[in-house]
Amino acid sequence: MEAVHDHSHDHHVPTGIMRYVTTTNHKDIGSMYLWFSFAMFLVGGVMALVIRAELFQPGLQVVEPEFFNQMTTLHGLIMVFGAIMPAFVGFANWQIPMMIGAPDMAFPRMNNWSFWLLPPAGILLMGSLLAPGGAGGVGWTMYAPLTIQQGMGMDMMIFAIHILGMSSIMGSINIITTILNMRAPGMTMMKMPLFVWTWLITAYLLVASMPVLAGAVTMTLTDRHFGTHFFNAAGGGDPVLYQHIFWFFGHPEVYIIAIPAFGVISEVIPTFARKPLFGYPSMVYATASIAILSFLVWAHHMYTVGMPVEAQLYYMFATMLIAIPTGVKVFNWVATMWKGSMSFETPMLFAQGFLFLFTIGGFTGLVLAVTPIDIQLHDTYYVVAHFHYVMVAGALFAAFAGVYYWLPKWIGKMYDERLGKIHFWLSLIFFNITFFVQHFLGLAGMPRRIPDYALQFADWNMVSSIGAFGFGLSQVFFLYILLKAIRSGEKAPEKPWDGASTLEWTHLPTPAPYHSFETPPDLRN
Amino acid sequence: MKTTELDKQNSHMLRKLIVVALVMFAFGYALVPLYKKICEVTGVYDLIKPDEIVNTQVDETRTVMMEFDANTRSEIGWEIIPLDVRMNVHPGELVHATFRLTNPTDMSFDAQAIPSYGPQHAVQYVKKLECFCFTQQKINAGETREFSVVFVIDPSLPSDVGTITLSYTMFEIEGTKNLGNQAFNPDIHEGKS
Repeated sequence: MEAVHDHSHDHHVPTGIMRYVTTTNHKDIGSMYLWFSFAMFLVGGVMALVIRAELFQPGLQVVEPEFFNQMTTLHGLIMVFGAIMPAFVGFANWQIPMMIGAPDMAFPRMNNWSFWLLPPAGILLMGSLLAPGGAGGVGWTMYAPLTIQQGMGMDMMIFAIHILGMSSIMGSINIITTILNMRAPGMTMMKMPLFVWTWLITAYLLVASMPVLAGAVTMTLTDRHFGTHFFNAAGGGDPVLYQHIFWFFGHPEVYIIAIPAFGVISEVIPTFARKPLFGYPSMVYATASIAILSFLVWAHHMYTVGMPVEAQLYYMFATMLIAIPTGVKVFNWVATMWKGSMSFETPMLFAQGFLFLFTIGGFTGLVLAVTPIDIQLHDTYYVVAHFHYVMVAGALFAAFAGVYYWLPKWIGKMYDERLGKIHFWLSLIFFNITFFVQHFLGLAGMPRRIPDYALQFADWNMVSSIGAFGFGLSQVFFLYILLKAIRSGEKAPEKPWDGASTLEWTHLPTPAPYHSFETPPDLRN
Repeated sequence: MKTTELDKQNSHMLRKLIVVALVMFAFGYALVPLYKKICEVTGVYDLIKPDEIVNTQVDETRTVMMEFDANTRSEIGWEIIPLDVRMNVHPGELVHATFRLTNPTDMSFDAQAIPSYGPQHAVQYVKKLECFCFTQQKINAGETREFSVVFVIDPSLPSDVGTITLSYTMFEIEGTKNLGNQAFNPDIHEGKS
């Protein structure tokens, strides 16, 4: 990603750090998003390892329970808002202008702002650990009334969420405007690459749901300091109301994470199966259906609050309905590979890993959608296993697939294919060692977010912790692969993937020049 | 020029999307009254209203164990306990349970009790005729007082429910706290502020 530097022909561009502070170039900003998210991924990963180290054996050995709670909270917030979401915004910045034939994003200066809001938010989140009383130990969902009782670390977290929300909303406005207004002539909506489509839909989800989260944390803040009683039962408020507002944001949020991942997979699988994506229009409609349904199912996260049975039935069936468009997508990916001329380079391996493991995560999601089962499994490790299958094996594996797939285009150098494959197999095996066994723990009744557990859970917890450390080390290995490619990677051929058919591969040289498509390509014919 | 045309379109789009974001922020706040309204309409808030009794036939063949529990949610040291922890009652029978509240502090304040039930769905079968939870209670400094609840268990209670726990949490209403008529105690006062 440093390599784009060589191709900068603009002599007004400041050099060194100021280049990155002042840049309005979508490629620079995309790189910064990706590096920031990778740094946050490592920080959040270390927090996960603190959690797994404590859970290696029953009893309290490594950390105090309060600190354990802070770790689970910050791990969740940092991974969701600091790692996965910025990673896909990084992909969007790099790829969307190149894939639709636009010279840059619609609002380059706002783009710079969207990125530079992230580091202060990251510092606030991590710095809250140093506040008196530590960070908020409330879980990433920040449920009231516990949030009302925390120290000032909680306020720092609330401000961090505000800043991250502003960044996401600005980024989304930029993405929507770019896609709707700046496509090259002939790039009609239904010709857009699916990655662009998924980001258009995700950006709408973000604009509609992030402000609701901002409202929820603002209410928490005013409850804490300004005498309001939105969630404080003693003042006539209702803690369950917080859960409704939070999950009205929170459920679209899980699709905000998953849908761009679908987009990446929808680019990678056709390339390596050397066939066009099967059922392109149905993919678009399925994605849109998932997005709309995601606003109508939020209370399936709260079956245990004491809802009327009619409401439980509605949320159960509406949730199960989401399996239909998701099934359409999985079917189309499989059908794309059917009789394809497949090869299994690293991006394709990660796409296959995604397909298998995300589908498992989808099925456990269906299990959890069933109200009576969910009441049994609520807040157990089964839920933890479920959402790590869709977040890690889903979103993260898709991000890895995307990085390996587009890295040659970005830096003009190849990664080491052998090391990439080793990274994939290590990630796949250690991921399953870590999280598959958590299904057993959850079914046996082990609650989440507790630093200690009963003796009968000891064996699988030890296995899970060993897997977690293996998974963590595999990601340090990924950093090595990246650095090796950037420093001493072989020069990438013009088109390293012969099956690739989107504009950045067919209309631009490798590596992509610093300024691309200053005159839009004409795609009408 | 073409770029200015595009800029105009872009800023038009920007304004529209900012409006969407602001509307959704307001929607988050609109959920507060909406939620209250839905709770009222669907009867979630009926916990603090007297119930009407339709069937007063006592079912002597069946005995249900009632358990009572009470807590306070406040930072100052007052407490409430049930005088009877357990009672065997027949469905349809008029039951009278008493709770004792002690406020050893020199504060007076208003309090509100909120009932909850275990199992949760027992809520619709415990018909309260009279309850101290129906109104806010004025608690005086240094006071000890007994509160009562009168209820009937609906005979249509499902046969698999053998035990019902009725638990009250008493909340101090914020902003109603006053230093009472007892001697001024700076320790308690400062500890609180």
